[in-house]
Amino acid sequence: MNVVEMRGITKRFPGIVANDNIHLTVKQGEIHALLGENGAGKSTLMNILFGLYQPDEGEIFIKEKPVTITGPTMANKLGIGMVHQHFMLVQPFTVTENIILGDERSKRGMIDYKKAERQIQELSDRYGLRVDPTAKISEISVGMQQRVEILKTLYRGADTLIFDEPTAVLTPQEIDELIEIMRNLVKEGKTIIFITHKLKEIMAACDRVTVIRRGKVIQTLNVSETNEKQLAALMVGREVSFTVNKKEATPGEPVLTVKNLVVEGNRGIEALKGLDLEVRAGEIVGLAGVDGNGQTELIEAITGLRPVKSGMIQLKNRDITHFKPRKVTEAGVGHIPEDRHKRGLVLDFTVSENMVLQSYYQPPFSKGWAIQFAEVDQYAKRLIEEFDVRTPDEHTPIRALSGGNQQKAIIAREVDRDPDLLIAAQPTRGLDVGAIEFIHRRLVEQRDKGKAVLLVSLELDEIMKLSDRVAVINGGRIVGWVDPQKTTEEELGLLMAGRVIQEEVSG
Amino acid sequence: MQQILSRVNKTSTFATSLISIVLGMLVGAIMMMAAGYDPVLAYRALFASALLQPYDLGESIRTITPLILTGLAVALAFRTGLFNIGVEGQFIVGQLAAVIVGLKLGLPPVLHAVVAVIAGGLAGALWAAVPGLLKATRGVHEVIISIMMNFIALNLSNVMIRKWLTEGSDSTPKIPDSASLRVDFLSQLFGGSRIHLGIFLALAMALFMFYLLWKTKLGYELRAVGHNPLASEYAGMSVKRNIILSMMISGLFAGFAGASELLGTAGYHSIQAAFTGVGFDGIAVALLGANTPLGVILSSVLFGVLTYGGGNMQFEAGVPFEVIRVVFAAIILFVAANISGPLVDLFFRRRRGRHLARNLD
Ligand SMILES: Nc1ncnc2c1ncn2[C@@H]1O[C@H](COP(=O)(O)OP(=O)(O)OP(=O)(O)O)[C@@H](O)[C@H]1O
Ligand SMILES: [Mg+2]
Repeated sequence: MNVVEMRGITKRFPGIVANDNIHLTVKQGEIHALLGENGAGKSTLMNILFGLYQPDEGEIFIKEKPVTITGPTMANKLGIGMVHQHFMLVQPFTVTENIILGDERSKRGMIDYKKAERQIQELSDRYGLRVDPTAKISEISVGMQQRVEILKTLYRGADTLIFDEPTAVLTPQEIDELIEIMRNLVKEGKTIIFITHKLKEIMAACDRVTVIRRGKVIQTLNVSETNEKQLAALMVGREVSFTVNKKEATPGEPVLTVKNLVVEGNRGIEALKGLDLEVRAGEIVGLAGVDGNGQTELIEAITGLRPVKSGMIQLKNRDITHFKPRKVTEAGVGHIPEDRHKRGLVLDFTVSENMVLQSYYQPPFSKGWAIQFAEVDQYAKRLIEEFDVRTPDEHTPIRALSGGNQQKAIIAREVDRDPDLLIAAQPTRGLDVGAIEFIHRRLVEQRDKGKAVLLVSLELDEIMKLSDRVAVINGGRIVGWVDPQKTTEEELGLLMAGRVIQEEVSG
Repeated sequence: MQQILSRVNKTSTFATSLISIVLGMLVGAIMMMAAGYDPVLAYRALFASALLQPYDLGESIRTITPLILTGLAVALAFRTGLFNIGVEGQFIVGQLAAVIVGLKLGLPPVLHAVVAVIAGGLAGALWAAVPGLLKATRGVHEVIISIMMNFIALNLSNVMIRKWLTEGSDSTPKIPDSASLRVDFLSQLFGGSRIHLGIFLALAMALFMFYLLWKTKLGYELRAVGHNPLASEYAGMSVKRNIILSMMISGLFAGFAGASELLGTAGYHSIQAAFTGVGFDGIAVALLGANTPLGVILSSVLFGVLTYGGGNMQFEAGVPFEVIRVVFAAIILFVAANISGPLVDLFFRRRRGRHLARNLD
């Protein structure tokens, strides 16, 4: 049976056709992947299915009956649940409170928390979600929060689950767990629509895949009859190379030198406990580590966003330890932040306004008091063109761009300032394979121009592919250096888990 | 309240405001009918008496003037993510500073008025700087401090009038003509009404706010901080400095409102038992005007006309003025609840439905 059938769906936004006559059929009990470039229209299509947007044209059939989905409540009634990429949870509430929020089953006006807790525990056990119903959201990990979102849909009785890029925010271990959970869900008769940019995940977890390009369906294939290369080519419309072509690095003088750095984390505990690091001109240093071992604090300390307790940070022999963010930027540091919505963008600003977030006060963008918006727009247009940011125009609020295109805008801004040190934190999070290839090339290009690049990523293969040297961070210290040419992902994994190696392979 | 403001800021459009106005007036009409009045007659009396005669037009403009300034004050602070509920207090210290300069300083005409207006504006700015400073440095919520500052302003002004500006009297003497914002030419043009130069100050400030927010570096920063303080910090802006500046500019507008009311409309200052409510009117104006300068002007015109005409309606159609306050409240409620959203949606969905039907044929 087809649980979901979308026929001839068209959705237009000002200046763009996000969905162009899309046909999608999802069968009962399958994991169906949606694959497509950034801005191809995947989220839009799913938002239509979930009732958040109304299609301009087309029809939707749920369990072979025609329906008009007017809103999320209606979608819930039809058994459709959605887990958004950005969680919608109330931080100080418990798991249970969050799950029953908006669906409080009360008895004579009283909510039976004990019963709800029991039901949630049952659901959690049944699908192997391992969620503690009494924990507070603010105290659980990102991966766990996502499982709470999944529970929320299950509690509301969903039998078709939409996951919009669930793995973009997860660590590799959490991704494996999620895939396991998805298998459990399907075993129990659920159907899953899964959006991801990671071909590996599609090959590992999905039954069928529908490829979308620029709002149109290209093809629906059985995963068992295809491979990563074919999928990539279908989605981008050309061959994609998965390897990064780069010549041998020719490192020069040290650009970034961090000595014995001690920094406090959010809870007042030392997150960096005497960290040493060096990045030289003309090399990419990858920082590998399990999430939460001090990566964020290190980046914030270098960029002036977090006070330094002791130790020293030098940029080209200049002490920048206690510099304010603006001074750090002016000293020649570029920063692609790990969380684009939190730090990287002002979502209510236009694309243009976001392109000059750090440079708006400098010529040619400003003259005296005033900002020269004509100059800003021209500059933005150039970056949009050069970095293939898909947007109707430079005056569109950046909020309206697809996630991947927002990321491309940030990268354009940071790379184009041509900093001596470029800190790239999760630079390809949420990007399609074509865009990843492009970003990787730009990072290598910066290196070849003699710039220093510090790459922080939870994706081990990204680290391995791009880096000239890899520093492993654990518990707020660099516990070892490895040569990506000579090590394996397994070895790296062991190091990350805290096993200290004897011989140092520092370059 | 802040959340409401924030929602409104994001979603409200010209349509939202327009639909809310119509609905609000409908609510008023229903109330009148329920109480046995003729709403058509009442509204006609209201608008006719506010707009048709030069004198009334002048008085309407006089009513509109402080609304524009206090509306701008609330709107500007809000753009930086701050809720300036202290406009009331800043207005009062603006009045106080203006009356002090008016009475105590002997200056030639024009200059006297200019100095008095500036003193009023600066007083408002400094008054607003206090909550701004405390928010920026100590993280205290600006709403709490502003409310306290309102009480301090009210009582300070009362004490000053009684103990210093007069000898135990309830109101100060009139300011000399040299400090007045009233000009004969303007009053005569509008049938001898109390219209004064304050309206030009208000319009100039609206223009200034527009230029500041959308054309200057400072405005870019204020908006960035308002939308996303973390990204602003990342971009190297000083969030603290912008919070303080935003409150001060907001207070400047409020202080100007106080000065212009005092120097143009009243001409003297008197003891007040309670707040006048101009500060709160400013919130309503900013809300309906979607926090844009033009929006603030337009909604001030509406509220000003309703207020002034409402008074006349009382005499001409016998409808009590309270009905107009209900209309105000209803309009704000509709804006805040963004009632037009679903309505617009409904309309478009219907149209699409027809469109679909056509396609199927
Ligand atoms: N609310 C909106 N207003 C205007 N344009 C929009 C809106 N939402 C999406 N778009 C546009 O529609 C297109 C499709 O966006 P969508 O978010 O569906 O892409 P996506 O396939 O999910 O991409 P990504 O992989 O980057 O998340 C994009 O060009 C985007 O800019
Ligand atoms: Mg998307």
